[in-house]
Amino acid sequence: MAVVSPPVTLLPAEAPLANAEVLRIRNDFPILGTEVNGRPLVYLDSGATSQNPVSVLEAEQEFYEQRNAAVHRGAHTLAVEATDAYEAARAAVAGFINARPDELVWTSNATEAINLVAYAMSNAAAGRGGAQAERFRVGPGDTIVVTEMEHHANLIPWQELAARTGAELRFLPVDDEGALRLEGATGVITPATKILAFTHASNVLGTINPVAELVRLAKEVGALTLLDACQSVPHLPVDVKALDVDFLVLSGHKMLGPTGIGALYGRSELLNAMPPFLTGGSMITTVTMERAEYLPAPNRFEAGTQRISQAIALGAAANYLSETGMHRIEAWEGELGARLVEGLTAIEGIRVLGPRAGLPRIGLAAFDVAGVHAHDVGQFLDEQGIAVRVGHHCAQPLHRRLGLTATTRASTYLYNTTDEVDFFLEAVAGVRPFFGAR
Amino acid sequence: MATNLEQLYQQIILDHARERHGSGLLEKTGPGSVGESHQLNPVCGDEITLRTVVDGGTVASLSWDGAGCAISMASASVLTDLMEGLERDEAVRLIDAFREVMRSRGTIPADEEVLGDAAAFSGVSRYPARVKCAMLAWVALEESLLAANS
Ligand SMILES: Cc1ncc(COP(=O)(O)O)c(C=O)c1O
Repeated sequence: MAVVSPPVTLLPAEAPLANAEVLRIRNDFPILGTEVNGRPLVYLDSGATSQNPVSVLEAEQEFYEQRNAAVHRGAHTLAVEATDAYEAARAAVAGFINARPDELVWTSNATEAINLVAYAMSNAAAGRGGAQAERFRVGPGDTIVVTEMEHHANLIPWQELAARTGAELRFLPVDDEGALRLEGATGVITPATKILAFTHASNVLGTINPVAELVRLAKEVGALTLLDACQSVPHLPVDVKALDVDFLVLSGHKMLGPTGIGALYGRSELLNAMPPFLTGGSMITTVTMERAEYLPAPNRFEAGTQRISQAIALGAAANYLSETGMHRIEAWEGELGARLVEGLTAIEGIRVLGPRAGLPRIGLAAFDVAGVHAHDVGQFLDEQGIAVRVGHHCAQPLHRRLGLTATTRASTYLYNTTDEVDFFLEAVAGVRPFFGAR
Repeated sequence: MATNLEQLYQQIILDHARERHGSGLLEKTGPGSVGESHQLNPVCGDEITLRTVVDGGTVASLSWDGAGCAISMASASVLTDLMEGLERDEAVRLIDAFREVMRSRGTIPADEEVLGDAAAFSGVSRYPARVKCAMLAWVALEESLLAANS
């Protein structure tokens, strides 16, 4: 079906990505040809939000021009076509992480997906969902475990769940380099632990966490696992079955898709045993004035009119990434990340957070510039057309742990070239001299 | 390059960001009433605690503790130089004048006769994301004057 158009660039599958091909890929992204402050845009903020290829933009436009109708409601032709396109997108995104379509719930973003699980658990704690929801019940004496490197999105929903239910929130600490310290993990992840929620790749440190080990620790005590894959799914091959996690969340806008769409993956038997979070139309079977019965997953978690065009566009994004090849993207960004860290480390007065040069990291680097505040660094770079993120990157506890309040972060994607990284490094070298930092 | 960047970060600003006049909170020793205010910009984490002593209607002393970008720190430093010794009402007038310039998106140039070194921040008004940085200490002074009054 011509629902999701194929990527504009068709590539030989095995050859590693190189600058020449990246330059062709860039042609698929209209915004990368624009200027900022009279300079060509050097977009190094894909960790915050990524740019969209033409195939994604067209998928959304084509939906509105040719198929716009409510899905799963009504029998007219447009409604059927819209529903087909919507479900094909679900299959594309599910397939992208090796899940089944019925294991993928659409949400607005990763934040909503995490809240969905947290609220489902407190609904279970309040007695909803019957006997089969027992696994999700949390209360006094139970613990919820996260790590010290979490994005606020994977911290605050759990703080709130703990506060609502009387459970205790505990965390796995990080060391001075930002690596998870697992020596004492069995003292934190205990039989009282109901869920272990942790990030796959850190949006600040670039570290890739040892998922297998953490999943093993959780399974040993019968705890559920939730993986925040916001910074991994866009950048490396992710297979939910191989990772063996119970839940995984992702955000569409970080993987070439539009804003307003994300997803929750959950193992089928868990999703079907979990009480719903949002309730209303489209998620029910039989409704009386007193009560309602719910559809199986994923629809039981998709109350109300859904983000149809965004889902379809995200399906196109997943296809674009698949056809480019996630292994190739991972390798290319590994190269860019290494170049970033090596280059930054060589500049006087720069402290790079996270793994040292030579150790694995995703293609991003957050850093502190001695004597210059991150906001000033960002302003300086913006003047040269370089877009980076400054601040605490929604990870205040991690920054506090590392003795910082704000850092500058450059994050790459498949469309960045080594020339852009070099241009950025050259610009960063000019920061301390400009501000007269001593 | 006499660039936008140099217009934003004028030499006066860079110097004050390093020198930071008034930095380090002073305990009140002489006469007068003390007012204090803590301001935080949640977007970037810039933070300031500013303490004023008002004595007989005059801003007798001003000191502060802060962490933040060059613009917010320089602004606090310039503010200290500008305000100490002024009549309270004159200080409030200057705060209003500075705010008007900052909110103008570059349309109202600062009057150097009135604002002195603070006129160097005119360029900030073209960067809406940075206006809060420049205003931080001024809002803290505004609040601490009210606190000292009550
Ligand atoms: C690691 C991580 N988790 C969660 C999020 C939240 O994503 P969203 O704001 O799209 O829900 C982000 C994005 O900033 C992230 O980097």
